[in-house]
Amino acid sequence: MTKPLLNRPCGGRFGDLVQSIGATPLVELKRLSPKPGVRIWAKLECRNPTGSIKDRVARALIEDAEEKGAIKPGMTILEPTSGNTGIALAMICSRKGYPLKVVMPESVTAERTELLKMYGAEIVYSPGDLGSNGAVEMALKMAEADPSVYMPYQYGNPANPLAHYNGTAPEILEELDDVAAFVAGLGTGGTLMGVGRRFKEEMPDCKIVAAEPMQGEPVQGLRSLDDGFIPPIIDLSLLDRKIFVSNRDAIIWTRKLLDEEGLFAGVSSGAIARVAVRIADELDEGNVVFIVCDDGWRYMSSGLYTKPVDEIAELESTLWW
Amino acid sequence: MALVRIPPVLRPSTNGEREVTVNGSTIGEVLGNLAEAHPATKDQIFAADGTLNRYVNVYLNDEDVRVLGGLETAVGEGDQLVILPAMAGGR
Repeated sequence: MTKPLLNRPCGGRFGDLVQSIGATPLVELKRLSPKPGVRIWAKLECRNPTGSIKDRVARALIEDAEEKGAIKPGMTILEPTSGNTGIALAMICSRKGYPLKVVMPESVTAERTELLKMYGAEIVYSPGDLGSNGAVEMALKMAEADPSVYMPYQYGNPANPLAHYNGTAPEILEELDDVAAFVAGLGTGGTLMGVGRRFKEEMPDCKIVAAEPMQGEPVQGLRSLDDGFIPPIIDLSLLDRKIFVSNRDAIIWTRKLLDEEGLFAGVSSGAIARVAVRIADELDEGNVVFIVCDDGWRYMSSGLYTKPVDEIAELESTLWW
Repeated sequence: MALVRIPPVLRPSTNGEREVTVNGSTIGEVLGNLAEAHPATKDQIFAADGTLNRYVNVYLNDEDVRVLGGLETAVGEGDQLVILPAMAGGR
């Protein structure tokens, strides 16, 4: 005898993989909650087609350029990225017929390089010791020198936060009537700015909290502090808190997600979870929502999940974020 | 009094020291005293108008002081300050 479908809603029906981006599950992580009245929810962005939240951003960047008439099939897209945006762009560009060139630091994990090649992207390496700053600088110069390429530039393109304002945020609001705090990683700033703006409009008391990575030894590549970089889309006034997470804590919490909740996530999600629990600890009641940016598969070669923590935390030349 | 952790990019200006103990009851006082003890750090930490240099992030017990009270943020006994350069994040 057939049984009725119990697990609703199902993921939906779509005519194409790009259309299926988003509509990710929101899952309660009960074991992480420090007290009964505070509920912690993970938005599983790792469930997007290429396995990260960047699918939303990449689709928004390309569709925005199409709508503006800035690109047409056959035109090369160029973007600085240390991985996930590149992987997402690569899938979307290959579906839509745009050759893709990504500029990324040579210190990213092998899996990310493989994924980019798999989807047909061309990779240009920037010096590993200059980290993401070096990749951004190199890509900006390349785009300036060659007017035939189009650079969406996720760090400065309003389509990036809009993908979250119109996508990630309303999806969470569909499921929860009220959110006491929202926690995400501060990378390009897209997630925090987009969701933050939408949540502040709908729930002015919601705390918007940034979890910020410890950048490791690549910092040594800086000649002076004037070589620093702040993504132009970031508006600090939207943030209520901005909390720094060491590599060590990020790794410990990535493992906690796996051990206590069975969630196989990337290291930035571990850092975000750590901050979410810290904020949850300060509340008496309410919902705390945090973002699981990607899954753990693309970090396997680093030994992140099995080697002694001290050994991994020392691997500061690897870009985790 | 606070323990200030110095990033690699600033260590040439602190005789290679990674951590420095500095007096002060606000972030502004602590950083001002650091700049007095190690003058080469001054132009890197502060902008010409005396505000925090745009590309410097200062964390008080892991929290960015720009989102707290800026240079006016109170510093307690045993607090830890981390100075870090602003870097591109995201992927």
